[in-house]
Amino acid sequence: MASLKDMRNQIASVKATQKITKAMQMVAAAKLKRAQDAAENARPYAARMAAVIANLAKGVSGDGAPVLLGGNGSTQNHLVIVSTSDRGLCGGFNSQIVRAARDYINGLIADGKGVKIITVGRKGNDQLKRQYADRIIATFDMSAHKVLTLDAVQPIADAAVAEFNDGRADVVTLFYSRFKSVISQVPTPKQLIPAQIDAVEEPSTGSDAVYQYEPSEEEILETLLPRNLTVQILSSLLENTAGFYAAQMSAMDNATRNAGEMIKAMNLKYNRKRQAQITTELIEIIAGAEAI
Amino acid sequence: MADKLHVSLVTPEKELFSGDVDQVIAPGTEGEFGVLVNHAPFMTTLAEGAVVILDGDKRRVFNVRGGFADVNASGMTILAEHAEEYVETVH
Repeated sequence: MASLKDMRNQIASVKATQKITKAMQMVAAAKLKRAQDAAENARPYAARMAAVIANLAKGVSGDGAPVLLGGNGSTQNHLVIVSTSDRGLCGGFNSQIVRAARDYINGLIADGKGVKIITVGRKGNDQLKRQYADRIIATFDMSAHKVLTLDAVQPIADAAVAEFNDGRADVVTLFYSRFKSVISQVPTPKQLIPAQIDAVEEPSTGSDAVYQYEPSEEEILETLLPRNLTVQILSSLLENTAGFYAAQMSAMDNATRNAGEMIKAMNLKYNRKRQAQITTELIEIIAGAEAI
Repeated sequence: MADKLHVSLVTPEKELFSGDVDQVIAPGTEGEFGVLVNHAPFMTTLAEGAVVILDGDKRRVFNVRGGFADVNASGMTILAEHAEEYVETVH
């Protein structure tokens, strides 16, 4: 049976934990705002890039298309990039991404395809290496970069393109968490190679107009596609970061609330016990007085 | 605005400039070029250099590195990998 002092200590310790979770929640909220802004600011660039490529792709579809766009005709070897966070305390955020990726990977393996994995972020690596240690070919830790920039994600794109160019991968898919809203992040696969061109029709560009290219159409596409890959990865990672802070915020909010409930229950128990003890003492005193 | 060129300069970090201007001079990989309103559809990759945006007697200069420019009927879009505004000292 815990003594009153033990209970007091326990309540104090839960209160201290609550303070920490509360502080973490507020930090996450502040960082979420910044991450959301960053993701939002990157969107016009990615959107324009996609529009331009879609425009270009119309002209060069067919056999002449660069392999990054059209693929190399095979789907035998897959490279899966799994992007998670570097830190935890964010509820099921990372597990969700990893689960989605794992389902996909297992499906591919069942189909007899070759699968290689690149992990971005420590948490995903920790979870995936238990099962696929021999398939992980590279791991990127983004925690060193305070702000995600194109330069920061370039190595990831380079690694993916190298795998593709060397024929070790035919299809490259990125798993990340799409930031749907603060309370909802959806693990989403995004196919990077061959490039997925959304049919975005820019309004009133006069698609019949003859474009003039400098240098040639193919050459532009040749330089644009790897860049587009980097931009796609960057915008996905930025969304991931925003999603991570959102998940952390709600996880910490839950923790704070749970701690509050726990403190309430413990206080009740503590007070009952204290009253019982006082009553017992009173009875003893009265009994002692009567005995005289 | 039929007599003005709509131009937007975007980097992955943010949209640096967006508006209607008279003329834009940009460093293409095959030579510097100027764009006025109603330019023919044109696309080029960019070299490292300065993008000059002229509007009336206002003049803004951005240093860009890597990227490309797309000119079509709806205006001009410069997608730069790195760009920052160059603040000119008064001569």
